[in-house]
Amino acid sequence: MTDNLTGLLERFETVPAAANADQWLQRRGRFLSTECLVGIGAVPYRLSIEHGRIARCERGPFVMPSWSFAIRGEEEAWRGHWEPMPAPHYHDIFALSKRGLLHIEGDLHPLMANVFYFKTLLALPRRRLGGH
Amino acid sequence: MAARIDPIIGRYVHMSLGGRAHRIYFEEAGQGIPLVCLHTAGADGRQYRHLMTDSAITEHFRVLAFDLPWHGKSTPPDGWEREEYRLTTHSYTEAIRAFCAALELTRPVALGCSIGGRIVLNLAIAHASEFRALIGLEAAEFQQSWYDTEWLHRPDVHGGEVCAGLVSGLMAPQSPEVPRWETLWMYMQGGPGVFKGDLHFYRVEGDLRGRIAAIDTRICPLYLLTGEYDYSCTPEDTRRTAAQIPGVEVVVMKEVGHFPMSENPAQFRRYILPVLERIRGAAA
Repeated sequence: MTDNLTGLLERFETVPAAANADQWLQRRGRFLSTECLVGIGAVPYRLSIEHGRIARCERGPFVMPSWSFAIRGEEEAWRGHWEPMPAPHYHDIFALSKRGLLHIEGDLHPLMANVFYFKTLLALPRRRLGGH
Repeated sequence: MAARIDPIIGRYVHMSLGGRAHRIYFEEAGQGIPLVCLHTAGADGRQYRHLMTDSAITEHFRVLAFDLPWHGKSTPPDGWEREEYRLTTHSYTEAIRAFCAALELTRPVALGCSIGGRIVLNLAIAHASEFRALIGLEAAEFQQSWYDTEWLHRPDVHGGEVCAGLVSGLMAPQSPEVPRWETLWMYMQGGPGVFKGDLHFYRVEGDLRGRIAAIDTRICPLYLLTGEYDYSCTPEDTRRTAAQIPGVEVVVMKEVGHFPMSENPAQFRRYILPVLERIRGAAA
């Protein structure tokens, strides 16, 4: 399945409900409260996370948004990452970062203190298609 | 019913490294050609437990894996609490040679993964005649960094969580869940700053660029096997290294990543058995 940008956005917008229903993720994130930006191609989303729960998911564009860190991936990055069985270099956000298809910036403490949480969160659209 | 007991024996050997007393833990199984296995950064010898319980290997090889100082069940040297651990090419090479000497291993095979793969290249450069064959998994003379190692040891980030979280993506998505999480458990158990200290060798001090051409595979055969999902040491990194070494053999392993022996033992077996078979054939 190959998604265009609209398809990628639709899939990303399923993340909050899936995350909030995922007990493992909620336990992992119980000490995590932050705001972060996730870029799906040219479209930014701001996630407000409160004790692991996605309280708000706002779609940009924004005027002067505040966030702790941003993860911005090109469409190709998310398309590959969300394949049921991703190809090498598309299977991990840091692999995508090393390849230059995804950019991580800002105050990275919330990300690095909760690496499993964010890796799992951002892979949720893959899992919904039957991958893991 | 008899209990199921793995045929692995663990003991401690005392040795001097860098002029200091060390108590080194090692496990072994099997008999025959000594096969010394070197674990990855921030982990320990348990990564090789599947090789040690594979009768196709242990019928012909004495498989040994020791925990580097500061790792696993090896005790850090006295006074460790007042120093920062940093692995170097010299200290790593010294530990391997001292272990082989202490156990009186005659021309063993050395197999190392990641930092173990890197140091295998140094063994090929500087000590080839001491080994029957050398096998580097996820090995290259250098590779590009992909994160800031300062995150690995600081009081406001859980070391075990961040170490395991970072390396989790180095495994292939095809690798089964159980061995993937067992591999991560070892990272979660590492001592504070130990993974970071190993990466001092891997990223800063142990750059072997410009030295690889000294390897002579006529003295000691060299095999390099790298998983296709490893983005820390990519297949391209290994091929670039191999292009400088006449006679080296390169295998890119499908559907495995940076920890082939522990993340997917069944898949790794398909690749390592033929290599061990060739080494055994050459010894006959």
